[in-house]
Amino acid sequence: MTALQLDHLQALEAEAIHILREVAAEFERPVMLYSIGKDSSVMLRLAQKAFHPAPIPFPLLHIDTTYKFREMIRFRDETARAVGARLIVHTNQEAIAEGTQPFAVGTQRCCALLKTRALLDALEAGRFDAAIGGARRDEERSRAKERIFSVRDGNGQWDPKRQRPELWHLLNARLRPGETIRVFPLSNWTEIDIWQYIHLERIPVAPLYFAREREVIVRGGSLILQEQPFVVTMPGEQPQIVRCRMRSLGCSPCTGAIRSDADTVPKIIDELIATRHSERQLRVIDHDQDGSMEIKKREGYF
Amino acid sequence: MSGLLRICTGGSVDDGKSTLIGRMLHDAQAVYEDQVHSVRAASANRGVGPIDFSLFTDGLRAEREQGITIDVAYRYFATAHRKFILADTPGHEQYTRNMATGASTADVAILLVDARHGLRVQSRRHARIARLLGISDFVIAVNKMDLVDFSRDVFDEIRDDFATLLEGARCHAIPLSALHGDNVIARSARTPWFAGPPLLEHLETVDVGRNVTAQPFRLPVQLVLRPNDGFRGYAGQIASGIVRVGDRVAVWPSGRSARVTRIVTFDGDRLMVFAPMSITLTLDEELDISRGDLLAQEGPHVGCRFEADVVWMDERPLDPNRLYLLKHTTRTVTAEVSHGLVLNQIGTLTVSTTRPLVFDAYRHNRATGSFVLIDTSTCFTAGAGMIAAPVAGRAARAAEAPVSAAERLARLARRAGSDEEAARAVAQALEEMLT
Repeated sequence: MTALQLDHLQALEAEAIHILREVAAEFERPVMLYSIGKDSSVMLRLAQKAFHPAPIPFPLLHIDTTYKFREMIRFRDETARAVGARLIVHTNQEAIAEGTQPFAVGTQRCCALLKTRALLDALEAGRFDAAIGGARRDEERSRAKERIFSVRDGNGQWDPKRQRPELWHLLNARLRPGETIRVFPLSNWTEIDIWQYIHLERIPVAPLYFAREREVIVRGGSLILQEQPFVVTMPGEQPQIVRCRMRSLGCSPCTGAIRSDADTVPKIIDELIATRHSERQLRVIDHDQDGSMEIKKREGYF
Repeated sequence: MSGLLRICTGGSVDDGKSTLIGRMLHDAQAVYEDQVHSVRAASANRGVGPIDFSLFTDGLRAEREQGITIDVAYRYFATAHRKFILADTPGHEQYTRNMATGASTADVAILLVDARHGLRVQSRRHARIARLLGISDFVIAVNKMDLVDFSRDVFDEIRDDFATLLEGARCHAIPLSALHGDNVIARSARTPWFAGPPLLEHLETVDVGRNVTAQPFRLPVQLVLRPNDGFRGYAGQIASGIVRVGDRVAVWPSGRSARVTRIVTFDGDRLMVFAPMSITLTLDEELDISRGDLLAQEGPHVGCRFEADVVWMDERPLDPNRLYLLKHTTRTVTAEVSHGLVLNQIGTLTVSTTRPLVFDAYRHNRATGSFVLIDTSTCFTAGAGMIAAPVAGRAARAAEAPVSAAERLARLARRAGSDEEAARAVAQALEEMLT
């Protein structure tokens, strides 16, 4: 009987499909947040699996800060077409018109306006009662305590002290008026699980994840791609050609590349196993103060 | 041996659970270097020793400030042999409900105990909750052995106390020091009298022997997929057992049966599938099947009344005069209970539901024997229940003296604590009557 056992990726897949189906069954207007990254790519494949042969029963929502890498936007549009899903793109146009960008207003305020505010506005505009996101508990300490069905109050905010107990696989979908829920089907996946699954399932991911020679500014320990007009070289800096790749995808001014030769998924997995640095280290926004992710999450950030 | 082992931890506050887990993650190299740096910086701010391992797992600001763990934190690590999901559950009594949460999905419980204090109230409580939630594999981590000079007598006494407390379960006791790393990853030279493996080696090799595929087939229907007129598929996660194309399955609670014609997945049709896979079935007859029904071969219990062990997790006490929502597999119904419980209390109750449930005893099947109680006004997950056995009689009596729908709704409204609650209870009951 030992053959009748799922390996850990199959067990995680079965659990995630169960969660996605609960969302479709229990909520009136769910939406899946699609961030273009590797976790979103996995989540999208899991949604295809959950409802096959029926189409994915909810739209995808991308919060576009307008500062994403150009390759990401191309990949987003191709993917939505290939999967046949309805894609909603939302931008905080008002903030962009006022000149919001990380160097002008600081990373905290920039994220608050272009991500958190934009997300809350988009959820309200769509009257979505459940937003599915690709966050994993292994990413950051405060995320380690996040529930799979995580309640947000009328202002989209998270109260870590009032979280509902979550037992077995029984997910409580009841909401009081004004409340919404964030759903995290990849809660129990780790970064290596994600890459192993991408490899096994041959899931397409954005080309930025693969190493090639790119023109970058080397600043401190990070490699910055010069995609926005306000990202300029400082005295003494010279754009250089470096063989590099992205370990996680965010906005181009705030997401550094890593030096790497990993140009295939198996090489990325080997690199991860060998690496001694966690993936969010290159995301400037997590390090602005101790516990900064928890503060952003309380305010409504995904 | 399964590729995935789920672990939960229990023990009294200050027994050093977070430190043990931090140490395990650190020594197993599951903690990356920059996380070590940020923990070192935070340790310095708190003015505690050189490196405080508990900071790896104490995620929330409030916890870091108060220095206690107040919520379940999930941790992930892998060795060459296995992948682990670890639920770090708090020792503080106010948060005992979190132990139940962690234990509900765990294969193994690590009970931590301070070698100087031995078995304390909280350890007993956690042991009891873990047993109640169906865990039969325990690791007794006798911590702070350095503070009792690695005394074999102290260790043996604690080990024997737990063996008595957890009679019938498999217990593996280990003398260790989380702070100094003795017997966590590597065997300690300071316990030459201890012949067993260190903690991580034990977790890598323990055979938990929970074989859900050997149990009878159970599939709670989550969704009915109808992409077009020609296809009607029943989607769900198999709770236990196996099913093959051609098998005759019954639909509960109706009890009518049909044959499995296809097992459909995104990756192509399958001939045989097993728990805990998430799949979609088609049947050869058009039966009336909807979310909340159960597909099974050998019959489960069907009824509106059963005995259950309930762990109460809400500050607002369980009230036998109020109605609750009860979620069991994929079915949500209205329920009432025979008597009350207060926060962190555990009791055996009789539960009555407005619509029948299709269930097994929890000791036979975790998925079809468990339920949660939801407060209708706060929507909080207030109680966790494990079904012990069906209670006969009530269903028959209900049939003899049917209560009119109007009477039932009026009774519900009277029992509600507020107008808002009354409106909810009535709406829910109406929805059930109509579906």
